[in-house]
Amino acid sequence: MKTTLVYSLAFTLAATLAATGCKHTTGKVTALPAAPTPPPAVDQVPTTRNSGPERATTYTPPNGPDTTGIALPPSEDMYGMNPDPAALAAFTVHFAYDSAAIRKSEQVNLQEVAKALSADPKTKVLVEGNCDERGTEEYNRSLGERRALAAREALAKLGVDSTRVFVRSYGKDKPADPGHDEAAWQKNRRDDFVLLHPKPGA
Amino acid sequence: MKKNFPNFLKICFSIFLTGAAVNFCPGQDSGAIQINKRADIPGLTKPIPVSLDGFSGEVADVLKFDLYVQGFSFVAPDAAQYLISGSAGDSVTGSVTDKLAKKVILSNRYTGTNLRRQAHAFANDIVFTITGKKGIGLTQIAFKAQPTGNGAGEIYVSDFDGHDAQPVTHDDVIVSHPSWAPGRLALFYNSYKLGNPDIYFHDLSAGQRSLVAHYGNLNISPAVSPDGTKLALISDKDGWVDLYVADADGGNLKRLTKSPEDESSPCWSPDGKWICFATKIDGRRLLAKVSADGGEVQTIPTRGAPNPTEPDWSPDGKWIAFTSQTSEFDICVMPADGSKDPVVLVPGEAPSWSPNSRTLIFSHSVRYQQTLSVLDVFTKQVKDVGRIAGSDSEPAWRKDMN
Repeated sequence: MKTTLVYSLAFTLAATLAATGCKHTTGKVTALPAAPTPPPAVDQVPTTRNSGPERATTYTPPNGPDTTGIALPPSEDMYGMNPDPAALAAFTVHFAYDSAAIRKSEQVNLQEVAKALSADPKTKVLVEGNCDERGTEEYNRSLGERRALAAREALAKLGVDSTRVFVRSYGKDKPADPGHDEAAWQKNRRDDFVLLHPKPGA
Repeated sequence: MKKNFPNFLKICFSIFLTGAAVNFCPGQDSGAIQINKRADIPGLTKPIPVSLDGFSGEVADVLKFDLYVQGFSFVAPDAAQYLISGSAGDSVTGSVTDKLAKKVILSNRYTGTNLRRQAHAFANDIVFTITGKKGIGLTQIAFKAQPTGNGAGEIYVSDFDGHDAQPVTHDDVIVSHPSWAPGRLALFYNSYKLGNPDIYFHDLSAGQRSLVAHYGNLNISPAVSPDGTKLALISDKDGWVDLYVADADGGNLKRLTKSPEDESSPCWSPDGKWICFATKIDGRRLLAKVSADGGEVQTIPTRGAPNPTEPDWSPDGKWIAFTSQTSEFDICVMPADGSKDPVVLVPGEAPSWSPNSRTLIFSHSVRYQQTLSVLDVFTKQVKDVGRIAGSDSEPAWRKDMN
């Protein structure tokens, strides 16, 4: 608390200085306040949706459900499951540059993912969308998300219940290949599929 | 006097050539202040020549850095328009002499804290005395640092020149896009702390944070409205990647776009009426704006600057800076009213305006890692900020400090 006070005091003084620092006369002295001290370390990290502030959502789709995407299940529903990245590692879907369209050549991988999900109705899947490094960070975070959602929509067409399909965009933060050429970029423009098993006893 | 006159002629001549009003040229008898009502044309404005005498070490470095990125150049005294001199023993003492008016226009001594901050305060006074604009010397930035290259990073806060950098997160997860809450020492940012990207509000004074946007499976790119009451963000709540606006606590979420394409990087107009963002129409990347209350999306042409992303609206409302992507990333600036085509300035990405709407901080790639740089938009003078921790990117300039 003491640190907090010192910190805010420092900024108040800095603001005062800025406001008064422009009146110059010969021989004037400007006394500077203490430099800001480092912010205190955090704290209590909320770990569930409920620990955040109340959110009352007022949004209703203006044009009906046919012009919107397929609503997502809450992220919480996957956090209690055991991820198995190896199970579907052979079925990664790749994309063309700056595109989120599923190419025909990739359909077979989606069919394999759908098959694995139908073989065990207790499983779910996390689609991780990724980009190559040619794109700004937040642009790629949105593009990676679009790629994951495209796979989710394709899985729905193959009969997979969308409440079993979660998505996560890593943008360009998790390249499969750290290289900086087209060979690496091709590998990095991808959706990885992580099979999710229910925890034993759940 | 005779020797520096050609400098003035050069200034006049370049302003004339670039199409600005000729009345920016000083008459023989005009005062020094008038001379520096420069035609601020992005990338084409001439720096103000000054000389710097009597300082050394850190104080000289700070003065040079601050003044260079606010449109001053350093020349010998006989070629200078203003003579800056002084000393720094226990404290910084400095003065500025206007050579044309033949008078001392600033004389001050600075005490307290440390020499570095005293030097920043002196630089601020120089900038204000000569240009009438508040300096940026004592401002702060937030940014993302990735120390290890495994994707995980932390949010940092530092002085605008990268000095005194402090991590404000210690989570070792992917983080991105810090955004200052106006009027307080607090940030919004995205963190993958819980697994998926969510938006947090982090009060740096109290060391407390709360989860404010946790809709669907994606909540990224927070941008706070200038009055601090609203939050623009990108979410997948309704199954597509769309632009939303919420109250600052994350409640009252409202969808502003309804497109299967991917929206990204919202920012606010300083009057709080518009949200500008990057979108795609028929596969083509564009900037667009929409009323913060919702309504029609209006596209913003960026002729000559393809694939625009990461817009940032200047606090004075006049400019929009953004990143254009060709074979590289470039920092571009255009008038917010669209009256002129964008100017491509320097290679880099993720520009963020200084509080005085003159300087941008951005990142650029050095050997496949990002480093922060500061750019004076009008003279195109640019300086790297020292590398802080691995790859440093997505800088956000705190707008309420001067």
